[in-house]
Amino acid sequence: MDRVRVSFKKHVPLGLLFVTFVLLATIPFYVQPYLVILLTTIFMYIIITVSWAIFSGPTRYISLASAAFFGVGVYASAILGKTLPLPIVIAFGGLVSFILALFIGLLTLRLRGMYFIIFTFGVSELIRHSLLWWEANITGTVGRWVVVVDHTTVYYVMLIIFVMALLITYLIRRSRLGLALRSIGEYEESAAHIGINVTALKTITFAISAFFMGAAGAIMATRWTYIDPHIAFSPLFSFMPVLMAIFGGTGQIYGPVLGAAVLAYLEEILTTKFPYYYMLLFGIILIVVILFLPHGLVGLVQRWRKGGSKRQNANA
Amino acid sequence: MGGIYALIAVGLSLQYGVGRVLNISHGEFIMLGAFSTWSLYTIFGISPLVSLVICGPVMFIIGFLIHRALFQYLRGKSESIGAFADSSLLASFGLLFIIQNVALLLWKADIRGYSYLDSSVNILGAIFTANRLVALLFAVVISLAFYIFLTRTRLGKAIRAAAEDPATAQVMGVNIHRVLAICFGLGALMAGFAGPLISMMYEIQPTMGLEYTIIAIIVVVLGGLGSITGSLIGGFILGLIGSIVTYFDPGLSLIAYYVIFILLLLIRPTGIFGK
Repeated sequence: MDRVRVSFKKHVPLGLLFVTFVLLATIPFYVQPYLVILLTTIFMYIIITVSWAIFSGPTRYISLASAAFFGVGVYASAILGKTLPLPIVIAFGGLVSFILALFIGLLTLRLRGMYFIIFTFGVSELIRHSLLWWEANITGTVGRWVVVVDHTTVYYVMLIIFVMALLITYLIRRSRLGLALRSIGEYEESAAHIGINVTALKTITFAISAFFMGAAGAIMATRWTYIDPHIAFSPLFSFMPVLMAIFGGTGQIYGPVLGAAVLAYLEEILTTKFPYYYMLLFGIILIVVILFLPHGLVGLVQRWRKGGSKRQNANA
Repeated sequence: MGGIYALIAVGLSLQYGVGRVLNISHGEFIMLGAFSTWSLYTIFGISPLVSLVICGPVMFIIGFLIHRALFQYLRGKSESIGAFADSSLLASFGLLFIIQNVALLLWKADIRGYSYLDSSVNILGAIFTANRLVALLFAVVISLAFYIFLTRTRLGKAIRAAAEDPATAQVMGVNIHRVLAICFGLGALMAGFAGPLISMMYEIQPTMGLEYTIIAIIVVVLGGLGSITGSLIGGFILGLIGSIVTYFDPGLSLIAYYVIFILLLLIRPTGIFGK
């Protein structure tokens, strides 16, 4: 009886996951194009948030460089999209971000706390302003056109990157790397002391998380058709993942996914219904979440579950 | 420009050095000050120098209340001071969005400007516009007054004690929450002073805040996090560098700031005057 229950418990989430995946994979066949495009945008945010959480979740280093990695992917796609096939362009976008992150990582991961936060922000702003200056003064044209890809393809590519990002997150969490990262987050000195190569692990994880952001940027560029440094490197792409991950809660894998999905959907509704109040409402949500939901939606779910099980115990 | 940079950096330095709030919305208070001055000048014809005296205290009250309502609660709930620094940083991003968008609704997204005291003055062969000289004079006077306040008065002493060690300061009879709120208010006060001065010299728009926040952060890091004197001197240094770069290519000044900032963090993250 007990064994049946255990295996049942084990298989239900897996089955649920499979059904969800099949549903998502077949969705373009029976819904309107608008919904597919909406889902694509939501997936873009989920990918950025999940990959942000790969590094920043366990180590508690808050990175504000997501916009840099995303933007580099966007630009890679804009430059190479005309000559190379799509899968190579996307892989290349990811790879360039990966290398950029390795470089930033090696430079900065000595910095901690506040210094790390403002440094990562500074780097992504530096890239944005330099590109802007370059386009305005050297090439003389601000912005570029990107080769258009039909929206179903964009959707599938996003879905594939999303699944890959999720899979990597899961594997890292299960592995010794994940454990090492968590111990860095708990207490870095002692982690270094018991023989963890702190800098190497942080750098490589930072780069892995950047890879997915770059790939997402590369495919997203094809949907925007026109890009310039303000769009590609918008600081919002740095703030959003932090907010979404904290909103969802970084303790569980599904936290960032949930947070990003809810907020990205909310953004879509707010921008269409209240274009002028959207950012205002966003600021209010941000403050309310920080004040009242420090562990995010996941914390809320867990509290609710705990409350439920307590009640069960009381009944028994 | 150096004087203004020093002014806004001291404000930020006070908020971070004492209160551990890296206030990303600092520039928004500057923007509010600048726009209030613009409105008062164009609608009622009130001199920017009068607005300066009005804006500062109003910002102080707003800052004081924000700290009481928001950051004090956050501080009480945070497990450690590091966790508080992170969550207050994010909360101040929220403030940034709120203030900026309220301003966008009030004043629209247009670039505004007015001319005030824009005759040129010749000092020892160098030509300045009068408003720049007035702004510099005010910035220096305010900075000095503030420095004296911090070193010579009882409240200033309490603030410095709270910056050194909040827990011990509290044991010694400092009402820590009041002092922290006052510090945050004083930071906003500095922004409220800087706003009108900036509006006299430059064109303003509701999205200008972040740029000044970033400049303030760079200056604070340049002078050493938490060091008020460092921020004062750092402000003048960065202002000087900015003027030199602007002379060659105005578009490059922000880039130069970022480069300085990044190099500084890599080579000497504690700043010039840091411990």
